Amino acid sequence: MARIELDRVTVRRETADGDLLALDETDLTLTEGRIALIGPNGAGKSTLARLVNGLVTATSGTVRVDGLDVAREGREVRRRVAFSFTDPKAQLVMPTAGEDVALSLRRSHRDPGERREAARKVLARFGLEGLEDRSVHALSGGQAQLLALAGVLATDPDVLVADEPTTLLDLGNARRVGDLLLGLDQQLLLVTHDLELATRCERALLVVGGRVAADGSAAEVVEHYRSIA
Amino acid sequence: MSRTLLGAYRPGTTLLHRLPSGAKLTALLLAGLVLTLLTGWRSALAGVAVALLLAVLSRMPLRSLARSLRGLALLAIVLGGWLTWQAGWPRAVATVGDLVALVLLATVVTTTTPVDAILDTITSVARPLRPLGVDPERVGLAFSLVLRTIPATLGLAEETRDAARARGLERDPRARLTPFVLRVVADAQATGEALHARGVGDDRDHRET
Repeated sequence: MARIELDRVTVRRETADGDLLALDETDLTLTEGRIALIGPNGAGKSTLARLVNGLVTATSGTVRVDGLDVAREGREVRRRVAFSFTDPKAQLVMPTAGEDVALSLRRSHRDPGERREAARKVLARFGLEGLEDRSVHALSGGQAQLLALAGVLATDPDVLVADEPTTLLDLGNARRVGDLLLGLDQQLLLVTHDLELATRCERALLVVGGRVAADGSAAEVVEHYRSIA
Repeated sequence: MSRTLLGAYRPGTTLLHRLPSGAKLTALLLAGLVLTLLTGWRSALAGVAVALLLAVLSRMPLRSLARSLRGLALLAIVLGGWLTWQAGWPRAVATVGDLVALVLLATVVTTTTPVDAILDTITSVARPLRPLGVDPERVGLAFSLVLRTIPATLGLAEETRDAARARGLERDPRARLTPFVLRVVADAQATGEALHARGVGDDRDHRET
């Protein structure tokens, strides 16, 4: 598993109401295979998750993935760390399912025929066989989320950061996506409000007001969160 | 307007499907030049006829063809009416005919060509410009994103209109325009963020050599 380190990381954001402290002097080392980030809305979970992929830059402090500084070596980090958004439609940038996965494979597969074939295999791996020519607008919510995951995991990264991947899904699709995520070979950093899903992780962090309020085994942290919510 | 204004790729085995994407894009460019240079109404109608013939040859479903034309209908009627009033019917037929012909031809290209193939072609064409500092992969990506953005933007326009209608504000331009502009900007930011997160466009070594 990759070693994700946050060293005295602070993130401040300018808003219309003034300076917002999104994350406050946070020190963390994450090495477990399944890590859940839980907490109320606006607590700083997504900010923390986005730091790992370089989508958010620390105002101060350092974020490292396997020793690579995210701020300085972002390109290398993004090759290792994939990111999945809450709304899959925001993440699908090509018109059809096959082309969206193929976009991720351009780096590794130069030949268009090979690339299409590889994209087909990736889609099949995520239960989306036969949908390669389907418009991304015509996919159901569950299919779109699976495609979004297929698109970012096609390059076989070491880590997947998933920001509330089941929030917009119905119960059946949420369970399907949750099972898929927990069964991945990749290290998973999961931002979620689904406490049942969080409990199935090895470790959980409770983020409140830009600080890690609790850190430990998922069962204990979820129980603590339930007691204070 | 419809989200399928330019049509999503539909696999097939017609001659148009088998033609290289470079040939189709070049033909589309030439058609645009010819229709722009020939200003008469006859050439415009001939262009529409050729475009319709190609649409039939591509075996594009009639429903997709109708959607493309329906998407243009309002614009064609308004533009045609205004030009008829201002410059006479020949000018109106010429302008609207050119527009319809080019949208139909573009629809034929996008319906018979995977975006991935278009991306490859544009990347190859832009490759000689690399010494001038142009990144061919980014040029191809930008072109592909335009194809993605058009239906996405039309979809946002439909959603914004429905939202205004649901609040009884369908006649208030601010209720439609302001959220539409904000959502288009937000969508553009989200797309940029998604590309950034996937590392698309920031890999120097994934450029063609």
